[in-house]
Amino acid sequence: MRISMEGAGALLLDIAGPVFDECLQRRIWDAAQQLEREAAIIQAVPGVNNLLVTFDVLHSDPDEMTRVVQKVWKQATPHAISGREIEIPVIYDGETGEDLAVLARHAGLCVAEVIKLHASARYSVAAIGAMPGFVYLTGLDSRLALPRRDTPRLKVEKGAVIIGGGHAGIMPCTAPSGWHVIGHTDVDLFDPSRSRPCFLQLGDSVRFVDVT
Amino acid sequence: MIEILTGSALNTVQDLGRPRAMTMGVARGGAMDACALMVGNALLGNDAHDAGIEIAFFPFRVRFHKRVNLALTGACGPVRLDERMLPANWAITAQPGQVLAIAPPLRGARMYLAIEGGIDVPVVLGARSTDLKGGFGGFHGRALNKGDMLPCHPASMMIPEGGYGLAVPLSLPCAEETVVRILPAAEYEMFVPQARAALQSGIWSLTPSINRTGYRLDGPSLDLAVPLGLFSHGIVPGTIQVPPSGKPIIQMADANTCGGYPKIATVVEPDLRLLAQSSVGSIVRFVEVTREEVVTEMRAQALRSEQLIVELASLRRTLIPWRSQSCPA
Repeated sequence: MRISMEGAGALLLDIAGPVFDECLQRRIWDAAQQLEREAAIIQAVPGVNNLLVTFDVLHSDPDEMTRVVQKVWKQATPHAISGREIEIPVIYDGETGEDLAVLARHAGLCVAEVIKLHASARYSVAAIGAMPGFVYLTGLDSRLALPRRDTPRLKVEKGAVIIGGGHAGIMPCTAPSGWHVIGHTDVDLFDPSRSRPCFLQLGDSVRFVDVT
Repeated sequence: MIEILTGSALNTVQDLGRPRAMTMGVARGGAMDACALMVGNALLGNDAHDAGIEIAFFPFRVRFHKRVNLALTGACGPVRLDERMLPANWAITAQPGQVLAIAPPLRGARMYLAIEGGIDVPVVLGARSTDLKGGFGGFHGRALNKGDMLPCHPASMMIPEGGYGLAVPLSLPCAEETVVRILPAAEYEMFVPQARAALQSGIWSLTPSINRTGYRLDGPSLDLAVPLGLFSHGIVPGTIQVPPSGKPIIQMADANTCGGYPKIATVVEPDLRLLAQSSVGSIVRFVEVTREEVVTEMRAQALRSEQLIVELASLRRTLIPWRSQSCPA
């Protein structure tokens, strides 16, 4: 367990090992829920095997906050979120998935096999962040894991179905991204006018369905 | 109504942002120089959370379609309300039809136009700030275009003829260099000793790639002892990330809430406004401080802000002849 400062008003709790650990992730969700009950804590933001905690510097002692984070982490237990099962229709083709060929080459597979692998896995929403409603999906077949592009694209379209490192994801808005684009979906991941703006929540299970 | 006469992708409605929306992946956002917006709101007796216009592209002109009280704070430069030149950090009443014309600043990079009662746009996810990436908040989720009519409240408070303002200007970066304070971040120790030394001894310049999302810096290359593959983690405005190029990027108000690059340090919260007021080509130096120093200063600043609000409220009463004062609510 490593705790580091992010400025005066935030702490990063990092418990990541070399590979993603689902059990640790569930413990992070539990710790986040407990920490958000603390009056001085503004938000507890789960990342991928880590947790960012922002707090009110004006009315709390950062050293005390560090102790609170340590204590809560020790007591936290893997959270059994019973998420929903969600299907995401995807169009996979050369036009919407410009990196399909790159990914296939990297994996030593044909494009059809890449699509089949991507659409047959069961993914889990491990963390929400980066962009409004963006989710880090774990459960990607390791053959499809491909490090991010050296030079991020300045513009990846909303709805792009993407792969970055060992994670799968979907662009919730048009933005720069270094992830690889393999398809497109019309599912709207974020709408601030909805009572729950994020379409996908922590613990949800996701399947991609090929509707090309 | 306020009519925007000059459009720009850089001028947006901002308040203090959304510090409680990170778990949805929503940036904190808000005024890049929150202190300047705070002073503008204080000059007008506004709530601290009222929205104003962040002006980062000049010249900027607006026409008022009703009698409004306005305040202009932050960067310093030539500002006219019709023929009248306005001093920096000044509040004044504008009459219907009057045009406020703001030339490029001589010092600083961002000005804030606050209006008594605030810019009246809907609250989205707890704030009125424009989230350009998400396309929500502010005025229709976008930057201000020529011809936009922004809803606002008519003047109700009496402001002395000719206006009033701060006698002591807000601190702005000096022309030569901006010194900003940093705290070490998670991967600080993973950088080679030369990189850690260069962070503080190096002369950094702001590249043309600086915006509300982040500032790319040019200077010595900051190298890791060994390459790191980090999982995505939450980051805050001020985080200094070092991508494989070795050239650091400082995350600013509209930064992504998560990132994966190693973090060498974080610019402390009170100094983000100095970066906000710096321009392309500005020289930046980093100096490491302790968290205790920063916390002590943040608390002192919060206290000074509260005092300023109280003092301005009582000052307004003494500046205006009692007969013309509006009735207290």
